[in-house]
Amino acid sequence: MIPILTPLGRTFLSFLQITGRLVIFTGRALSHCVRPPFYPRLIARQMIEIGYYSLPVVGLTAIFTGMVLALQSYTGFARFSAESAIPNVVVVSITRELGPVLAGLMVAGRIGAAIAAEIGTMRVTEQIDALKTLATNPFKYLIAPRLIAGMTMLPILVLIADIIGVFGGYLVSIYSLGFNPSSYINNTMDFLHAQDVISGLVKAAVFGMLVTLMGCYHGYHSRGGAQGVGRATTNAVVSASILILCANYIVTGLFFDR
Amino acid sequence: MSSTAIEIRDLHISFGSNHVLRGVNLDVPSGSSLVVIGGSGSGKSVLLKCILGILQPDSGTIHINGEEITGLYGRHLDNFRTRFGMLFQGSALFDSLPVWENVAFYPLHNQGMSRKKAHELSLRYLANVGLDADIAEFYPAELSGGMRKRVGLARAIATEPDIIFFDEPTTGLDPIMGDMIDQLIRKCIIEYGFTGLTITHDMASVRRISDEVALLYEGRIVWKGATDKLDHPDNPYVEQFVTGHTEGPIQVQF
Ligand SMILES: Nc1ncnc2c1ncn2[C@@H]1O[C@H](COP(=O)(O)OP(=O)(O)OP(=O)(O)O)[C@@H](O)[C@H]1O
Ligand SMILES: [Mg+2]
Repeated sequence: MIPILTPLGRTFLSFLQITGRLVIFTGRALSHCVRPPFYPRLIARQMIEIGYYSLPVVGLTAIFTGMVLALQSYTGFARFSAESAIPNVVVVSITRELGPVLAGLMVAGRIGAAIAAEIGTMRVTEQIDALKTLATNPFKYLIAPRLIAGMTMLPILVLIADIIGVFGGYLVSIYSLGFNPSSYINNTMDFLHAQDVISGLVKAAVFGMLVTLMGCYHGYHSRGGAQGVGRATTNAVVSASILILCANYIVTGLFFDR
Repeated sequence: MSSTAIEIRDLHISFGSNHVLRGVNLDVPSGSSLVVIGGSGSGKSVLLKCILGILQPDSGTIHINGEEITGLYGRHLDNFRTRFGMLFQGSALFDSLPVWENVAFYPLHNQGMSRKKAHELSLRYLANVGLDADIAEFYPAELSGGMRKRVGLARAIATEPDIIFFDEPTTGLDPIMGDMIDQLIRKCIIEYGFTGLTITHDMASVRRISDEVALLYEGRIVWKGATDKLDHPDNPYVEQFVTGHTEGPIQVQF
């Protein structure tokens, strides 16, 4: 009995320890986002890094997703002659679900990894210690600007992805499914609720926080040279992706009404 | 003024089963230069990091100018750190910033100096450590190890500290440059009135920069004395360390 319980107990304790550490880290990081001094230059730099440079990846993801969505929903809806629902299905799926989730996952791969690698390298080469000796708080200087940039830029990215994704669906519907352009646009607009877009943007802000937080957390706690930094990078991407999918369900549930 | 700048009492720290510091006692008088020598892995860098508040000791106290700093955190600790300057063993320059922003980091971020003034200031400090103005726009990755060391030194001095720490300032430098750095450290202490705590393995450099020398062995300070006593220390450990013999009380592991 005991040999089975010991590893179980140990796993459970280390799970509690990691959760506690993560909660404390999150609390500290968020509190530094709202307390001065701020570093506007650093925030702007991260916004460009996270927002602007992610545009191509997120835009490409969005346009192909919109295009595939139009084709696939045609296959489904044509079986019971409901082709006219396609514009609505495309816009609701993109704004509520696919835009934020896919953008979040792409940014997790791009930004989460980059943040973990950069902060992890700073940790193992003692740059974080050097920051402290220069009386600069690493949470304020390194972590807060990334969190702020993540939480503000992801909603903007997702808004752009929404537009591009709907446009992808529009292109396919017009050119290969033979829809009428103006009625497609009317159908899209008439059935779109503000709630659809807003819930997507709320998701985006949450995902932006999760991605940057995971990157910072794993980078900040990395140790053991290049190998440790590599591990931190992997952990940041994997944990951010899983948390995005969990948080996606929770936020969807919050905005769900029948 | 013969007050004590740094006073360390019975300092212990361990990493898992590795008991690195086992009761360090050390006093550094204000305005003097103390060098800590000791074998590789004896915990010299760890000792500095404890004083800087980067590592938390398990027990023991550290007083800076009579005020206790063990257990301080957050803003109180940062206030203390404004009085410290530190040159890290691996330089620890910020990769993402050009050389001049590295040097002027403290005035730029903590004293609200304008970027233009900070740039001029960093050129002055770079000249002080014998570096040309044209490397100011380089990034740390583009510098040689010795240049990085000097930039790190310039960054430590630019904070205008009361107490300055050097972790192996001359390793990896050619002898002429090493001598120049030693003179610079001496200048910091005599002209600017800093208190200096230096770690080094280089015995020539020890003689050039120190007023007093302390030997760290097996987690304790086993000898401390004036630099001119190094050659007749009445202590077998120091004698062995200075002469570099493998035979003696210091166990050499292969
Ligand atoms: N963060 C850490 N975690 C675990 N062990 C550590 C840590 N830092 C140092 N140590 C251990 O402490 C001991 C002393 O390390 P330290 O870096 O102080 O050596 P040192 O005296 O500076 O050596 P050197 O002259 O080679 O620089 C080593 O055995 C090292 O393994
Ligand atoms: Mg060392």
